[in-house]
Amino acid sequence: MRGIAHIALRARHAPDALLRGLDELFDRAHARLCGDGALAALLLAPALTVLVVFGLVPLLGALYMSLFDYELLSAPFAGLGKYAQAVRDPDFWSSVRVTLYYVIGTVPATLLFSFLAAYALRRIAWGRGVLRTLFFLPYITSVVAAAMVWRALLNHPEGVANLIMRYAGLPPQQWLIEARGVLHLISGGWIGPEIGPSLALCCVILFDIWHGSGFMIVVFLAGLAAVPRELEEAARIDGAGPVQVVRKITLPLLSPTIFFLAVVGTIRAFQAFNSFYALTQRPDKALFRPTTNMILFIYEKLYQDHDLGYGAAVAALFTLAIVLLTVIQWRVVGKRVHYS
Amino acid sequence: MSGRRVIRHMVLYALLGGGGLIMAWPFLWMLGTAFKDLAEALRPTLWPWPRQWHWDNVRATFAAAPFGRYFFNSFLVAGAVTLGVASTALTAGYAFARLHFRGRNVLFGCVLATMMVPFELTLIPNYVLISKLGWYNTHAALIVPWCANAFSVFLMRQAFLGLPDDFFDAAKVDGCGHLRFLARIAAPLVKPALATVALFAFLGSYNALLWPLIVTAEESMRVVQVGLTYFQGDAGAQVHLLMCATAFVILPTVALYFVAQRYFVDAALGAGLKG
Repeated sequence: MRGIAHIALRARHAPDALLRGLDELFDRAHARLCGDGALAALLLAPALTVLVVFGLVPLLGALYMSLFDYELLSAPFAGLGKYAQAVRDPDFWSSVRVTLYYVIGTVPATLLFSFLAAYALRRIAWGRGVLRTLFFLPYITSVVAAAMVWRALLNHPEGVANLIMRYAGLPPQQWLIEARGVLHLISGGWIGPEIGPSLALCCVILFDIWHGSGFMIVVFLAGLAAVPRELEEAARIDGAGPVQVVRKITLPLLSPTIFFLAVVGTIRAFQAFNSFYALTQRPDKALFRPTTNMILFIYEKLYQDHDLGYGAAVAALFTLAIVLLTVIQWRVVGKRVHYS
Repeated sequence: MSGRRVIRHMVLYALLGGGGLIMAWPFLWMLGTAFKDLAEALRPTLWPWPRQWHWDNVRATFAAAPFGRYFFNSFLVAGAVTLGVASTALTAGYAFARLHFRGRNVLFGCVLATMMVPFELTLIPNYVLISKLGWYNTHAALIVPWCANAFSVFLMRQAFLGLPDDFFDAAKVDGCGHLRFLARIAAPLVKPALATVALFAFLGSYNALLWPLIVTAEESMRVVQVGLTYFQGDAGAQVHLLMCATAFVILPTVALYFVAQRYFVDAALGAGLKG
């Protein structure tokens, strides 16, 4: 019995002995080299290898590849030809429009809804945990899984969405497979079907407001926790109404959080893929244009057309757009943010 | 005054309750539909409760598509990525926080700069790289590229910087070197940050769709998210089985939420920083 315990004890200390030996080795190296260079190299190697091989090299690779025309067997130099191809491609411009509609449709609405929910959640004490979990629920499920549920709900012709339309005395809709514009449908045909976002795209936008608000509520709750209650109370005592308190005290103090969420939310909306794909596309089928954003367009060039140079060129344009937009946001809005 | 407060609270609870119900209702509907028979599942209703619970839908779902295999792939990949990210972030974070070597700040700046590059730009070259390595349609393609990220390194560095210098000085006086200090003293002290990093890595890997779609081809290599989209395409008409499969895909992350709620909040705050 004692023997086993002894072996177990030694086994537990074995890594210690190894670590001690290594430490002594590096101490000796320390004396000869400058600083902790050798040990740092050992500790950094795994992380840096992955970051360089799958981050830095592909970054340069993308810019390089965008200059070539990949065909079946050869890849002749194309210069900026692939960028010119994008400018002339109506499908590319369609994907740009879809991306912009989506960003404009999701970001402000999600911000507003999340702020209201977080503000209300902070004001109650009893049952806050349960209610908070209900609001988080979409966020803690994968986009793909949640999209499967919405796909079933928005099914055409027999789905829960059309059941609600019938209750409301409205005509049933095709929802996720409706290519005509939502303005066209609302105006009863007055506005052309190709103007504005399609109904299918609006469904994706609604889905993402529902799914993405949990994340923003979490961040808003953290931001609100840092707003001192006394400040709001003092304003109330001085005769300010509830709306005034929010406008003059809560929102200015929250402005770093709001700005942060606006920047991050915009970048995320630009990069949305899962919701578009899982809600409106089908594997092994051609893409549904009214809900093809830039990421799906890049995916199509890679996966279905095998036009790698074109895909890389669009990816480069896409990155440029994100960088420009973020810089503009920092310059224009960032200045007006109060940091306490 | 008191009367107005009561009314205000009632309005608040009504709004929050209604909002919460709308947020959660699709999931109730999913759970109910998952255990209906096909005829009942196809009839749209707002009330999610099935007339009779068909528990054998679970067996039928796993028989209709190899979900066992999908789950095995997902857990293998997400588990390996979690381990990978945790270990690379732990060692690199320690090096950037506690070691003194030439070019440390420049190198750390370069690591942070990789956060600015959107994943979509590197998508196509990475696909080519994976093919050249002969990793196309393997687990390695799903795991290795995701085993380190700048944000996790940044988070662990912050955690190590938060430890008092006295700890290290005392350990040094007692003859304890960097590696033993990291393994025995520092790592246990930064467990909360490490848990956040691990949770973040697990969720990111488990929920990923685009990368698995691109680097895997065969059914045997599909992860659950990809499997679910294919199942939708093949068996979309069998909505009860689709909802049953969806419920199973959701289960691990919801369970994780209830176990580690605190870290979810940290991970969400971190997810924002990553963008």
